[in-house]
Amino acid sequence: MIAARRSLLSWSAFFASLAALPPLLPLLGVDGGGAVQIGVLNDIGIYLILALSLNIILGHAGIFHMGHTAFFAVGAYAAAILNTSCGWPILSALPVAGLLAALLAFLVAVPVIRLRGDYLLVVTIGVVEIVRICLVNNIFGLTGGANGIAGIGRAVILGRRLTTPADIFYLIWSFAALSVLLFSLLENSRFGRALNYIREDEVAAAGCGINTGRHKIQAFVLGAFWAGMAGTLFAVKTRLVDPESFTFSESVMLFAIVILGGAGSMAGIVLGTFLLIGLQEIFRDFLEARMLVFGAAMVAMMIFRPQGLLPARARRYDTGGRTGASPGAAGREKKPGPPAGNGAAGT
Amino acid sequence: MSLLSLRGLSKSFGGLVAVAHVSLELEADAVIGLIGPNGAGKTTLFNLITGNQRPDSGGIFFDGRDITGLPTHAVVRLGIARTFQNIRLFQSMSLLENVLAGRHCRLRAGLAASLLRPPFQRREERQAVRRARDELAFVGLEEQRDKPAGGLSHGSQRLLEIARALATDPRFLILDEPAGGMNGQETAALMELIAAIRSRGVSVLLIEHDMNLVMKVCRRIVVLEYGVVIAQGAPEHIKRDPAVIEAYLGSGE
Repeated sequence: MIAARRSLLSWSAFFASLAALPPLLPLLGVDGGGAVQIGVLNDIGIYLILALSLNIILGHAGIFHMGHTAFFAVGAYAAAILNTSCGWPILSALPVAGLLAALLAFLVAVPVIRLRGDYLLVVTIGVVEIVRICLVNNIFGLTGGANGIAGIGRAVILGRRLTTPADIFYLIWSFAALSVLLFSLLENSRFGRALNYIREDEVAAAGCGINTGRHKIQAFVLGAFWAGMAGTLFAVKTRLVDPESFTFSESVMLFAIVILGGAGSMAGIVLGTFLLIGLQEIFRDFLEARMLVFGAAMVAMMIFRPQGLLPARARRYDTGGRTGASPGAAGREKKPGPPAGNGAAGT
Repeated sequence: MSLLSLRGLSKSFGGLVAVAHVSLELEADAVIGLIGPNGAGKTTLFNLITGNQRPDSGGIFFDGRDITGLPTHAVVRLGIARTFQNIRLFQSMSLLENVLAGRHCRLRAGLAASLLRPPFQRREERQAVRRARDELAFVGLEEQRDKPAGGLSHGSQRLLEIARALATDPRFLILDEPAGGMNGQETAALMELIAAIRSRGVSVLLIEHDMNLVMKVCRRIVVLEYGVVIAQGAPEHIKRDPAVIEAYLGSGE
């Protein structure tokens, strides 16, 4: 309980200090009122939401999924089409975009979810490419081909039009905060534990009575649902969606964020997102060298710290304050009493 | 009336017949041993019962209900739990979390309840943790509940697997070579533990190579050789059975 409260406090502090940035940056005399910096933070926010949703699939369930951009793209295009062709307010497309991405994920997952790690990885890579090629080829005449869809309307919240980068900033980062809250509830629950058991040993998990196939599909669909909603936020931010925003390399980037940050660790994923996306923006001038450094860092990480920058910490359980000395076999007439030294032997 | 009955079970892998027309009636409230030379098909038989593998033919009935071909998690839910010959724990997780895995199938909280945390969810989580601690205490590992399972000794890992299996509320528990890797002292404690499991009303089916242990704890022993049941009966009877002696020691020639 104390641990949970402490983590709630540090997350609140993190998001509160971020929220102070838009008014603070101009006061600090940052060029152009900090619009560029806010723009970068908006990118980071969207990647963070995506990485958190991928974390459920890759970090917690251990499903090697390198096609998350596909669901992001479906969400972004769904929102863009609903807005430009059907006249929906862009934010009201949020749940529909999520559901469409989830539907695609379900259709993909059902036949292939039982494949072993590397095979599944190849399938998910295929899905990203299929989605991207569909978009380029103007599927059903809806996606605008290589040019994408432009002219997406401004988001309106409570009668207020979101026009400045700072407006978008608050929208994206509120959603990111909500994601952190919901996913932390989820990972500290029966569902989250089940995913971790499956990641550790699928046969043993099934042997404990866990429906592994169903949980993996649930994780996959849920992650895709969230990525679809992130796609809507992307459409709100850029007001233009085109196939170039949803390439395989974006999927690899998300995969790298989760693995480098620390699979299953939300703090690790926040750090990973800021490092990978933030540094990419900072070193934008050194385009070639950037990828070189990025690759070298990746190799070094996998050798020296394969568990990620901030690995997931063990869950804490409130065990009711009873100490180990109390007879745990209460209510049972016979305690077999293997010698106390038994468990300690050899440890 | 028998709790678990196997009717004409067969399973082969390519040309190798692992289990051939095995029919067995396993009664409730007993510890039954399954022995046989290496490669006799014991573990395959276990895998068929627990749904890890599907039989080529034959049926499996648990408490009168046909469970042939059910997936493992459904079999566990109905009340058959197992341990693994090659220990399969969640190595990096704590002892407590390992045992909590066994509680999973008895909890109800789904996605929505995990997010909304209604009172029943918090109550069942508390009860699950308490029960997991009780099971750890039952096998004598309660004090190490927060340690990672991978750090335990071989023998203790086997006990932890038993605790995890017991947490699923089984009526029938299948132990696959539980004494493997245990020292004499640990094996003696295991015998007491198996008796205690039985007195909780859980029937036990035991594969074991340690004959001393099998003869002491089992009421009835089934001997398997080349996938066929060659003998079954009380331990004293099995010890003298010529077919069993031949299977284990070879014929006089």
